[in-house]
Amino acid sequence: MGQLLEQVVNGLQLGFVYALIAVGYTMVYGIIKLINFAHGDVIMVGAFVTFFGLVRGIPWPVAILAAMVACAVLGVIIERLAYRPLREKGAPRIAALITAIGVSLFLENFASLHIAFGPDHRQFPEVIPHIQWKLAGVTVTSIQVLIIVSTLLLVAILQLVVYRTKIGKAMRAVSLDMDAARLMGINVNQVIAFTFAVGSALAAAAGALLAAAYPQIWPYMGIMPGLKAFTAAVLGGIGSIPGALLGAVLMGQAEVLTAAYLTTDFKDAVAFALLILVLLVRPAGLLGKAGPEKV
Amino acid sequence: MEPVEKKYTVTVPEKKFTVTIPRNAVISALVIVGLYVVLSLLRQQGVITPYWGLIMDLALITTISATGLSLIYGFAGQFSLGHAAFYGIGAYVAAFITKTYGATTVNFALGLAAGALAAAVIGFLVGLPILRLRSDYLGIATLGFGVIVKVLLDNSDKLSKTLGGSMGMLGIPRLTTFAWVFWLAVAVLLIARNLVNSSHGRVCITVREDEIAADIMGIDTTRYKMLAFTLGCGMAGLGGGLYAHLYTFLHPSSFEFLKSFDVLLIVVLGGLGSLTGTVVAGIGVVFLQEALRGVLGQQFLEWRGVVYALALIVLMILRPQGLMGGWEFSIDRLLQRRPKGGSARGAA
Repeated sequence: MGQLLEQVVNGLQLGFVYALIAVGYTMVYGIIKLINFAHGDVIMVGAFVTFFGLVRGIPWPVAILAAMVACAVLGVIIERLAYRPLREKGAPRIAALITAIGVSLFLENFASLHIAFGPDHRQFPEVIPHIQWKLAGVTVTSIQVLIIVSTLLLVAILQLVVYRTKIGKAMRAVSLDMDAARLMGINVNQVIAFTFAVGSALAAAAGALLAAAYPQIWPYMGIMPGLKAFTAAVLGGIGSIPGALLGAVLMGQAEVLTAAYLTTDFKDAVAFALLILVLLVRPAGLLGKAGPEKV
Repeated sequence: MEPVEKKYTVTVPEKKFTVTIPRNAVISALVIVGLYVVLSLLRQQGVITPYWGLIMDLALITTISATGLSLIYGFAGQFSLGHAAFYGIGAYVAAFITKTYGATTVNFALGLAAGALAAAVIGFLVGLPILRLRSDYLGIATLGFGVIVKVLLDNSDKLSKTLGGSMGMLGIPRLTTFAWVFWLAVAVLLIARNLVNSSHGRVCITVREDEIAADIMGIDTTRYKMLAFTLGCGMAGLGGGLYAHLYTFLHPSSFEFLKSFDVLLIVVLGGLGSLTGTVVAGIGVVFLQEALRGVLGQQFLEWRGVVYALALIVLMILRPQGLMGGWEFSIDRLLQRRPKGGSARGAA
């Protein structure tokens, strides 16, 4: 029983990192219906910026904040240069998706250059001292507490922003109906840019936390977590922030528990099999709303 | 009462059936054969070096696989992000057959057929439940399937040592020649073209344009989605079989989901709903990647991915509808445009 609980806590640690990433995916998708494949690589940039901060002796909260700011700027630049021109042309959605894949490839390959981060794996320094607590027979590490607390904090702030501020209201309006929002005087481009900034900042935090928990960083590190987080967002019902959280936590549990009790070889397969099964029963995800079918 | 027996005598007017072969078909065939002869002569004489010959083969194989996705996504509108998985299934099945039963031409042909068939059957079985999903949900489900196949391939050595698992499959006989690749590519394109121009193909396009409306019109949308998906997956399997016997080495990482993106971007870059676009983009992308190697030189080799990604982004922003839009190359049209017109319409 104690061992099971321990695995559940491990699953929570992974799931909460996925949640931070998934929220960014789901926000962007909710607003412009784009699977932003470059999101996974923003995680990588976030992890690297944090890394450079830490090795220069900057305290970790500052390093993570700096990474969040840097990635927010990066997100806005990506949106401005790659996605907005397509939106203004009224290009089909698939063109934006291919561009997103292009941006993703660009970030990975550029980061691999020797003038940038370089292709090698690097050891991530210790973010906070490693402490273990025994709570009712369950070992909890300081990293796990850090991840769970900061994710809850960030998602709570995000909920406040989305539901209690003017820009949050504008975001919801754009997500509901972009044209109507524009007619109501909302600056749609600004709202979209803000969404990318927030999503990318969360991705940066996720990157730093991921690197703190699994201390290896390299230019392609964002691909798999990004994919799984996106899957989690779809699982929970894309476009919904609580859905993203639920999906991510489920995804983390599925992965860790499969690895612990069934087989490590098939852990990736199990997570995706779960996704396909859920989609077959609920085609819009667990908390997603299936829109009315219109001709 | 006696049954009244009536006798009818039917006289069939004697009629001679003459088979007329459209003149343009003859010209098309001549052009294709001519192209083949010229290319194989160039390769024999060494004008096209073995290295570039290999690239050419790879480009054609990529085109075969991309044509499959072009049918699935470009024409039937079913967003699939798992194409590389079917490519991989075809590759592994075909390679398994030639490796186990000997490297003869017959076995190669059987292996290719089995690979294509396996990919098609698995495509059918997977498509049956999955194709009920729409757009991005379908995409992510097929992507999930792709990840699952990759994991299974990684562990395939538990099924048979020949498959090699995560160590990769070594020592596949090199049986793929230019002739195989070229003529199979021609065959695949012919099948695709004839399907697209048939009533079935038109129905597929209807499903792409508006699935709900097609449904209301009484079209069995599932059937046509399945048709395009199964056939497209089979083409991917065929391409995979050729690939396996070209490089003689298979590794699961060659068939991961990122490779599905490569095929997707060929189809989109070429222009959705244009086979010409798929061919141009398929050959173009493969050659671009190799040409960049030469242009950048050893010193800047690491910039290759960066330049490629930038080219992709810029192309997509400049031509969001793809290189060809929905335009098709057609010898018929080419001949009709001739000012001497009259006889150019052909005997048909």
